[in-house]
Amino acid sequence: MTYLIEGETGDWEVVIGLEVHAQIISKAKLFSSAATEFGAEPNSQVSLVDAAMPGMLPVINEVCIGQAVRTGLGLNARINLHSVFERKNYFYPDLPQGYQISQFLEPIVGEGVITLDMPEGPRDIGVERLHMEQDAGKSLHDQDPKRTFIDLNRSGIALMEIVSKPDLRSPAEAGTYMRKLRAIVRYLGTCDGNMEQGSLRCDANVSVRPVGEKELRTRTEIKNINSVRFVMAAIEYEAERQVEIYEDGGNVVQETRLYDANKGETWSMRSKEEAHDYRYFPDPDLLPVDLTQEFVDEIKASLPELPDAKKQRFVNDFGVAVDDAATLVADKETADYFEAVADSGDAKLAANWIIQELFAVLNKDSLGIAESPVSSDDLGKLVGLIADNTISGRIAKDVFEVMVTEGGDPAQIVENKGLKQITDTGEIEAMIDALINDNPDQTQQYRDGNTKVTGWFVGQIMKATGGKANPQMVNELLKKKLGLG
Amino acid sequence: MNSLTDLTIARSRDGLDKGDFSAVELAEAHIAAVEAARDLNAFITETPELALERAKASDERRAKGAAASAMDGIPIAVKDLYCTDGVATTAGSHILEDFTPPYESTVTQNLKEAGAVMLGKTNMDEFAMGSANITSYHGNVINPWKLDDGKDRVPGGSSGGSAAAVAGHLALGGAGSDTGGSIRQPASFSGIVGMKPTYGRCSRWGMVAFASSLDQAGPMTRTVEDAAIMLQSMVSHDKKDSTSVDQSIPDFAAALTSNIKDLKVGVPKEYRLDGMPGEIETLWQQGIEWLKAAGAEPVEISLPYTKYALPTYYIVAPAEASSNLARYDGVRYGLRVEGDSLDEMYENTRGQGFGAEVRRRIMIGTYVLSAGYYDAYYVKAMKLRTLILQEFQQAFEGVDVMLTPTAPSPAFAIGEKLDDPVQMYLNDVFTVPASLAGLPAISVPGGLSDEGLPLGLHLITKPFDEETLFRVGGVLEEAANFTAQPSYLEGVA
Amino acid sequence: MDKATVLNIAKLARIKVSESETENLAGELTNIFDWIEQLNEVNTDNVEPMTSVVAMAMPSRTDEVNDGADAERVLQNAPDRPADAQGNPLAFYVVPKVVE
Repeated sequence: MTYLIEGETGDWEVVIGLEVHAQIISKAKLFSSAATEFGAEPNSQVSLVDAAMPGMLPVINEVCIGQAVRTGLGLNARINLHSVFERKNYFYPDLPQGYQISQFLEPIVGEGVITLDMPEGPRDIGVERLHMEQDAGKSLHDQDPKRTFIDLNRSGIALMEIVSKPDLRSPAEAGTYMRKLRAIVRYLGTCDGNMEQGSLRCDANVSVRPVGEKELRTRTEIKNINSVRFVMAAIEYEAERQVEIYEDGGNVVQETRLYDANKGETWSMRSKEEAHDYRYFPDPDLLPVDLTQEFVDEIKASLPELPDAKKQRFVNDFGVAVDDAATLVADKETADYFEAVADSGDAKLAANWIIQELFAVLNKDSLGIAESPVSSDDLGKLVGLIADNTISGRIAKDVFEVMVTEGGDPAQIVENKGLKQITDTGEIEAMIDALINDNPDQTQQYRDGNTKVTGWFVGQIMKATGGKANPQMVNELLKKKLGLG
Repeated sequence: MNSLTDLTIARSRDGLDKGDFSAVELAEAHIAAVEAARDLNAFITETPELALERAKASDERRAKGAAASAMDGIPIAVKDLYCTDGVATTAGSHILEDFTPPYESTVTQNLKEAGAVMLGKTNMDEFAMGSANITSYHGNVINPWKLDDGKDRVPGGSSGGSAAAVAGHLALGGAGSDTGGSIRQPASFSGIVGMKPTYGRCSRWGMVAFASSLDQAGPMTRTVEDAAIMLQSMVSHDKKDSTSVDQSIPDFAAALTSNIKDLKVGVPKEYRLDGMPGEIETLWQQGIEWLKAAGAEPVEISLPYTKYALPTYYIVAPAEASSNLARYDGVRYGLRVEGDSLDEMYENTRGQGFGAEVRRRIMIGTYVLSAGYYDAYYVKAMKLRTLILQEFQQAFEGVDVMLTPTAPSPAFAIGEKLDDPVQMYLNDVFTVPASLAGLPAISVPGGLSDEGLPLGLHLITKPFDEETLFRVGGVLEEAANFTAQPSYLEGVA
Repeated sequence: MDKATVLNIAKLARIKVSESETENLAGELTNIFDWIEQLNEVNTDNVEPMTSVVAMAMPSRTDEVNDGADAERVLQNAPDRPADAQGNPLAFYVVPKVVE
């Protein structure tokens, strides 16, 4: 289903390209040895180089180079063995040098691809490039009525700028792209993907055009969106805004905009027409980056299993449904949790329990899987008890609730609360016989063809056994006894 | 004058070793000379207390037989381009008003650890942009060489203050910097030795950056041997500078063997300019003869790209400078002139903080990097640079060293050559090619002009072959036997 | 090089130029660029622009934190600092309010 905006003059499609800035996981900054921790006291992680004192010079952090290559490989992209750092010159108080060391004509990573699992099927989204650059500091505008305060802690932290091709066609695709990209960098350990803290930021380039038009129209850039939800909402708003402009006979202005989450609107930041002339040129304080193929191959050999491959393995080896597999691999920790639980023997059951029951618990209290009150070991044991028929699925939910609120070993809880499933067919048969005798109307309904009344019989048995009868067995025995065996 | 200021580094080292005098006495003599010579305006900041402190420490080391190096106890002047810990550093500019670095440049740290005694920070063209030391916020430097016409003359630039200090016997050596000739040309104008090592020999960490791919630290001294001694204490491989080369460091002074037999000396004909004063040509020929007499073989060579070096330089250097000087914005250090908005604050600060020459070069640099002009100017210039470098490389397959004049004229009077910036730029015509190619080069006083002002001879050699430079320079020095003194010294009691 | 260009460049470089200065600069810069034009005499079609005079691989450093943990060191030269109610300087640089 293509995402279309129904305008008054016809249908419009949206063209989206995303530029994502991902903070590289490293202890020190890209060109200085100051720390990169989040939330430190202002200006307490600023070296002389970061403060652009006279005479200061950059020296590159070797780990950052490796992280960029690693990410490029995770995006199935071409690694450029030769790349060049260039200066992007402009004036802003959070840019102490008056230029940002970035890469322009020759980035370290070239074209790649990210495959999205959309409901309609897989969609390949092209990645244009990935390059390394310095992050800027922070401007605080709300500390003083007439002045802006500057904190340079973030200045000089290593960033990867990942630019997609304008292949995205809906807010949903954009959201899925963000989630996939975040999963990949988290799997790789090259970025922690924390959008609230700003270690992953998204700029969305949005344009619209009437369906069937081949050329791209003017695009606007929505900068610094810091959640996946907002990325989708901002794109949706902006696309509609642009359609309205065109249909009113106007023209979209090429400009930078910001998304106001409270109002749900984008607003113009500055006109890109007084465009910056960045005067890029190769940084004369640095030399070109020249990598060997061996270096790249070594990194390639050390890559962990990535989401797509892991998903395939879950489907092939564990028999998990494709959709469930996709959900489980979206986050590496969840995938690892799942595999630990799947060890219990029944992978499909494990998948089900995690996605339905565990996620509900986690979402209620906004917990990540790392903070799960139930360990993968314990959940595995619970699943095992279901798989070997010790308890029914229904009973398991009760046990699970106890595990969540009080903790404890599932087998122990079953024992303590006497929740073991009744599997003694004799007992059940006796109960069924009694029921049939005592309830001739229902029995007759059933024999007349009202199979729905089976549910009533099952319900009665369950009530009588306190839920401990094995439902499957009850069903089978009922059929036999009622004469449709 | 107190004869303690008329020595050389080498003789002072000997005198200190023998105990003829102490480092404190040496320092005191020079401190007094500096104070008495304030009319030359060679210093922006004098550091007599610091000097005495370091001199005292030097004597203590020597007493224990633990002199740090040949520079231990030697009073030096340091160009105000070097960031010195706790000592005001201005780079000759108003925009670095009240800037006191909390760090020491690698080169001056090396000199400090070698035991050198810093007398103060010397005057210079603003941000090293100039060849006459007439663009400093702190006023012009006067060349100690004067003629009877009573006109004040320029010492050359941008290391004019260091040149005047060494020539005027205020310091035994000066740490200068050379981007297009800023050590060598003032050395020529002031009758002293000045050399620029291979690009990458000295660390640029802590040196206020002008043009990153060209800037180099170097010594300014009264003899070639002194330059070798001082350079020894300046060079190092610095991990904090990505362009610092990790090359083995030879004993530079040991290279002064005077033996240049069979050495091939290239004489590039393109350095013979139309309208060049006859005396320059005469001295150049004289230099060739001297080297020939010492057993070397002069070879006429052709470097056709020579004439393009200066315009190439005036694209590359301003381009890098326009970016390097963007950090001077009134936010984190230096001058700040308020404004109603951020941009106004920037524009006021930089408009008032930078002098005319710096503003001009920033404009040139901004323009050649700007959209639409980048390929035509900057890329073009970088291609020319490749050609100039290749030309030198090819030539050095046939010769070991090249001899040229250092400057196209002797020191001119303050106020001359101001009509057209290009006129001023031409001062560097002989020194710039070696800068663009990153080659080591030295200027040695060769003789006097017809009027009686010093003229230098310029040697260029292959990368990392400073030894040949010193060896040949030593031979030239001996042959030239340049004993003339600036008249300023006669006037000093 | 006309006055409009000079003003444009001055804006890019954030340098205030007066009316008279603009005129002078236009003239001077025109001269300089006329002189630089001679570079076009040289055919550089197949020439690579120089990347660095230094012929070596770019050095790198290990990923260790051993710098930057001293706010006062980088703030002490700031021409303006905000202060708290007691007049103690805060650990920030400060500029005229930027309207975003």
